[in-house]
Amino acid sequence: MEWQGDGIVLSSSKFGETDALLEVMSRENGRHRGFVKGGSGKRLGPVLQAGNFLTLKWRSRIEENLGRFTVELDRSPLGLIMGDGLRLMTLSAMVSVVSASLPERENHPAVYDSLKAMIEYVERSDVDPAGWAAALVRLEMGILSDLGYGLDLSECAATGSDEDLVYVSPKSARAVSRAAGRPYHDKLLTLPSFLMGPVVEEVGTRAAIEGLNLTGYFLERQVWQVRHRTPPQARERLLSKLVSMAKKSVD
Amino acid sequence: MPRSHGSEIDTLIQLLAKLPGLGPRSARRSALQLLKKRDSVMVPLANALHDVADSIEICSECGNLDTVNPCHICGDIRRDQTTICVVEDVADLWALDRSETYRGIYQVLGGTLSALDGVGPDDLNVEKLISRATQEDVTEVILALNATVDGQTTSHYLAERLEDAGVKVTALAHGLPVGGELDYLDDGTLAAALRSRGVVT
Repeated sequence: MEWQGDGIVLSSSKFGETDALLEVMSRENGRHRGFVKGGSGKRLGPVLQAGNFLTLKWRSRIEENLGRFTVELDRSPLGLIMGDGLRLMTLSAMVSVVSASLPERENHPAVYDSLKAMIEYVERSDVDPAGWAAALVRLEMGILSDLGYGLDLSECAATGSDEDLVYVSPKSARAVSRAAGRPYHDKLLTLPSFLMGPVVEEVGTRAAIEGLNLTGYFLERQVWQVRHRTPPQARERLLSKLVSMAKKSVD
Repeated sequence: MPRSHGSEIDTLIQLLAKLPGLGPRSARRSALQLLKKRDSVMVPLANALHDVADSIEICSECGNLDTVNPCHICGDIRRDQTTICVVEDVADLWALDRSETYRGIYQVLGGTLSALDGVGPDDLNVEKLISRATQEDVTEVILALNATVDGQTTSHYLAERLEDAGVKVTALAHGLPVGGELDYLDDGTLAAALRSRGVVT
């Protein structure tokens, strides 16, 4: 068995003295793991950092086996991301969410494309730190949708209206309008406005937190709990950082 | 299987093979060298191992490994007590100290935050660092952690925790290695070097 293509590093862990177990998100083969000879050595260690774009070749005698990767660095976004704590937190959250949510070796090209675009956005965009977290929310919306648990934000679940949608029902994952949701507002999830319109650069910190709470609720219920997983630590750290930023701006 | 030596030598070979850089074959070669140089190497080595094993301690101040507590670095009054250099583990501390470019004191963190390995802030010596950083005479904390995603995530986390300590928090620069040629550098390093460019003096 053999395949080759592009991939994004999700994680890499040391295996033995100088080798590594690599986990990547590839376009054609989904989330995939494999052994890399010399992967934690001086030459390949820097290449296998989370977020790096690689050209990969995977080979295994038997398809079910772990297999072995041959890797080459295509491009590293880390040079611009590493110096900024919030960018780095967002990148770590993105790769850990993909790693925790997708089944292994299942093809999800839309998630790959979205992850690639969002990493590049975090790398290049200088506009608004909360916008990077909003990019994570969009990525998570895509993951939910690809796994069959997508949110229906097209119209109000109660009235059928497509105007003034500000809530999401935690039961049906459908949008609810302000008027219909008012009596139950403490039981409904808040729908941030940036998810309803075109992609915008300016997203408030509070809206980003609401977005993460929304997608986090459904990911936890539909994906992570089913796999007996807890929410990824990197995502939790980003969320608590945003909460403390929001508190500071209120004070 | 033919037996060329006794079980004691087998045990020695198996223990040597657990050391970094040694596999079963090189462990056999090392064991043979030790056996051949019994008086000049083997016995002194055994004594040295015994002595160190008896007296080795983790420094209660910085987390360094030494035969005295506090370690030789923390006990050296000639060192600059106003600067703390934070390193991931003892190997990094020894590497930095070997370079003889830094004359302050250290704090060994004991690892980095890692979502994959489940290492959180409570598993590291963060509280010890913060209590040392808030001491009156400390003015600067240098974060000398690896330029990896985990290392830099930890750096940013520590910088945030040290915000209220009233000290200057700095980190090692990223960029061109000494003797490095631009043509051979990866674009991540080049981008970092370009971003941290400085005035030529």
